Amino acid sequence: MNLLERFAAGQVNAFEAVFRQHQREVYGWIVRIVRDPGAAEDLTVEAFWRLYQKRDRLDPSGNCAAWLRRVATNLAIDHLRRARPVTLLKEEPAEAKRGDCVEQQQARAAIRDAMMQLSPKLRVVVQLVLIEDETYAAVADSLGISLSAVKLRVFRATRILRKKLKEGGVWP
Amino acid sequence: MSLENKHDGDEKQLRKLLQDAIPPVGGSSSSHNLWPRMLRRIEEPSSRLSSRVPWFDWALLGITAAALLFFPALIPALLYHL
Repeated sequence: MNLLERFAAGQVNAFEAVFRQHQREVYGWIVRIVRDPGAAEDLTVEAFWRLYQKRDRLDPSGNCAAWLRRVATNLAIDHLRRARPVTLLKEEPAEAKRGDCVEQQQARAAIRDAMMQLSPKLRVVVQLVLIEDETYAAVADSLGISLSAVKLRVFRATRILRKKLKEGGVWP
Repeated sequence: MSLENKHDGDEKQLRKLLQDAIPPVGGSSSSHNLWPRMLRRIEEPSSRLSSRVPWFDWALLGITAAALLFFPALIPALLYHL
């Protein structure tokens, strides 16, 4: 009996092993999207709770990591929809604290503002593809959409951001 | 310059601007052991049920119960429509 079969059979110690095996990856993925360690921890527990609830219908030969990543992505997007904008992207980069000129700080603030104006659906792909350098394939898989749909979202987001940054004088 | 090359150039420039303003989180991991929280969640599934049901569902249930209590004649009509 493999680990997932034992988990599907209701063994809590098997679930603990699954949890410990995937926890780091799930948390890491969520925090890349929500950028809030506290919220990422809550959402990680929620993702595994959903897996636990689904254990009776779990396919032991299936890809548990991929399933978890997809659930984690949906939970993170829901969090972005609910969260107040001020709580997201609030951190200042380290360089700003080392005495950057005012223009640079204003440019960074304008970029963060432009990001916050994107819909959660577009913001997720920008954060994962353009900021975190995740591959298009990984993002497509986690969102449950095609590769071309991810490319289209990146294209649309790029166009919107470029327009907003041009208006703010940040884009040359 | 073709449209595709222009888009790639824009994307590269935007990527640089974004990463400068919003630094990548990368492969950070939680410093907390989340398993105890997970265990608590497993052991208290029923207490979470009330928080998952929207408040207006509870309100609707309350209004229906009150209506049936004060107007028992509605019960056959309700049963007929169910």
